[in-house]
Amino acid sequence: MKKGVNKPILAVGPFHPLQEEMEYFQLTVDGEIVTDIDVRISYNHRGIEGLSETLQFDQVPFLVSRVCGICSASHPLAYVQAVEEIGGINPPERALYVRSIINELERIHSHLLWVGLAGHFIGYDTVFMWAWKYREPVLDLLEEITGNRNNYGNVKVGGCREDVSDDAIPRIHKDLNEIEKKTEMLTKAVLDDPIIHARLKGVGVLTKESSVEYAVAGPTARGSGIAIDVRHDDPYAAYADLDWQVITQTEGDVFAKAVVRLLEVLESVKMIRQAVKKLPKGPIAVEVKEIPPGEGCGRAEAPRGETFHYVRSDGGNRPIRHKVRAPSYVNVPSFRASCIGQHIADVTITLAAVDPCYSCTERLAVVDGRKNIVHDYEGLLKLSREKTAQIKKEIGAPELKLEDF
Amino acid sequence: MSWKIWSLKKSVWVFHVNTGACNNCDIEIVNLLTPRYDVERLGIKLVGSPRHADALLVTGVVTAQAAPRLREVYRQTSKPCVVFAMGACACHTGIFNGGYHVVGPVDKIIREVDPNAIIAYVPGCPPKPEAMISGVVKALSVL
Amino acid sequence: MNQEELNNRLSEIRDKLINIEQTMDSRIFLLCEAENSFAVSRFLFKDLSLRFVIATGIDSEDCFEILYHFSNDETGCVVTVKAFIRDRENPSIESITPFIPAAEWIEREIHDILGIEIKNHPNMRRLILADDWPEGVYPLRKDFKR
Repeated sequence: MKKGVNKPILAVGPFHPLQEEMEYFQLTVDGEIVTDIDVRISYNHRGIEGLSETLQFDQVPFLVSRVCGICSASHPLAYVQAVEEIGGINPPERALYVRSIINELERIHSHLLWVGLAGHFIGYDTVFMWAWKYREPVLDLLEEITGNRNNYGNVKVGGCREDVSDDAIPRIHKDLNEIEKKTEMLTKAVLDDPIIHARLKGVGVLTKESSVEYAVAGPTARGSGIAIDVRHDDPYAAYADLDWQVITQTEGDVFAKAVVRLLEVLESVKMIRQAVKKLPKGPIAVEVKEIPPGEGCGRAEAPRGETFHYVRSDGGNRPIRHKVRAPSYVNVPSFRASCIGQHIADVTITLAAVDPCYSCTERLAVVDGRKNIVHDYEGLLKLSREKTAQIKKEIGAPELKLEDF
Repeated sequence: MSWKIWSLKKSVWVFHVNTGACNNCDIEIVNLLTPRYDVERLGIKLVGSPRHADALLVTGVVTAQAAPRLREVYRQTSKPCVVFAMGACACHTGIFNGGYHVVGPVDKIIREVDPNAIIAYVPGCPPKPEAMISGVVKALSVL
Repeated sequence: MNQEELNNRLSEIRDKLINIEQTMDSRIFLLCEAENSFAVSRFLFKDLSLRFVIATGIDSEDCFEILYHFSNDETGCVVTVKAFIRDRENPSIESITPFIPAAEWIEREIHDILGIEIKNHPNMRRLILADDWPEGVYPLRKDFKR
């Protein structure tokens, strides 16, 4: 144990606050500025790749749907695409459209979830409550179509397991209109609010160079001007048939990433409308008998970025190797580049901007050199909100007004 | 009925613990605070420390790394307390059964610390918020 | 870069490869011995500016394989370096983290689950297995008993 340490360690402990060990996110601080960070990610390791080798090809989608709750449509989609590559299997067109619809609905509710959490971290609890309220109709819609609010179990090798019924379509349009209206209103409010500008602009900047070094993906990359999006670069499902744009911003700060996500929600609404309108008639799956030996790479654009699955088959009925790469695996380490030099009051929102699992962000704490907690997650949250309150006082702007709340 | 149990039933302070979950259950737990479900009107409040909690909402399979921490949190939680195993993973490790890094489920680990622990199971993957509320209410009504 | 240019430039490192396999237009596999994987990966990242996606470690009975997946985002082509580690007793490979910081985690993970030594890794420590997971037990090796 070092004596007279003047570089206390900021640790992220999952179950705060009286733990002696440092866990999860370890941040080194100099005074109140972050100088380095380390991450320990053993908590969530459930050995999914190992389990995959014990399951049959058709059982794996149910497993990988649960890699991450909010990317639960993207993981099975990337996996079945990898297997379809091995077998040269082409799902019917209707299946491709249904896959796109489900994935875009997931993107909408994931981004709204993020907006809510970001609001919570900076002290805008009305935004939190509001965003999560408007997330609910999307979950209801997904439940109507697939049977579950989360973990849809909708894809299989060769197509989809459930169809979008004609009855669901008027409801889809009605709900989308509502979501679009509310998101437009929220986007405008956020883009115009001087307090949010002061609080989030220039905070947690991830430069373009760092984005390349850390190979980040999704809104984390697009917020720093890197226009990568699997739906555009390596089109899958029905995306090549839809008219849409990749959304980017250049500043790389938390504000830029927030704008990317909000605008993506609006873009997703447009895409779902097109997909529903163009939904081809026909079957939603082809029959698949065997998977020959071979290897395939499947990828999908999850709300957090590129999800990549590599599958190898030896002709049997199980994968002999299944590599799962979630987007957070490359995005979370980049937190190092965007967090160094930041004030500890900005740590929660900078981490949130990378959009890791909700539980990951709970695992933040500051400890001193003797591993006593100086600031736990609650404390860091409080610092973040106090900073917002301070800015509000200095600017003297009115409270963010959101209709219908 | 002891006054401790009586007061616990009037207003439940819960502490959320993730022992290795996909986050779906965790998000549905946070959903409970949002306008549609609004559990604060039922007196259910999420607190920041196990020492203030009457109940633990535990999600996840309990990975090898999380097990010691879960035991520690249970020890720190003021008694009497109820442990809610939220979701299929917490109830019986769910689809991750047999994983090399999975040492749970939750009741196995908790009973290593306290064989008489009060554990309530809320299955589902994830359990709907209505199921969670129903589970909490049901458990408290039989205490 | 477009696909034609990519194919042309890949010929520049042909001498370091055992073979080039193309399973479809947008999936290219560059097979090489482990000794050459560093040079090939560096060529793809620095010279061709491909984006690093992830690496996959595989226990293939008679050897170990490490697949480094890169993406050419302009065309959606995935270029995978398939490195063969023939020495099963003491498997090792050169780290690519010094020039691709994004590879730091996955190289640590491959070490955790397959026991492959990653030479000159700047931060080799346990990543995903628990603190009390026994040393020398590699869960993704074929001989691992559950």
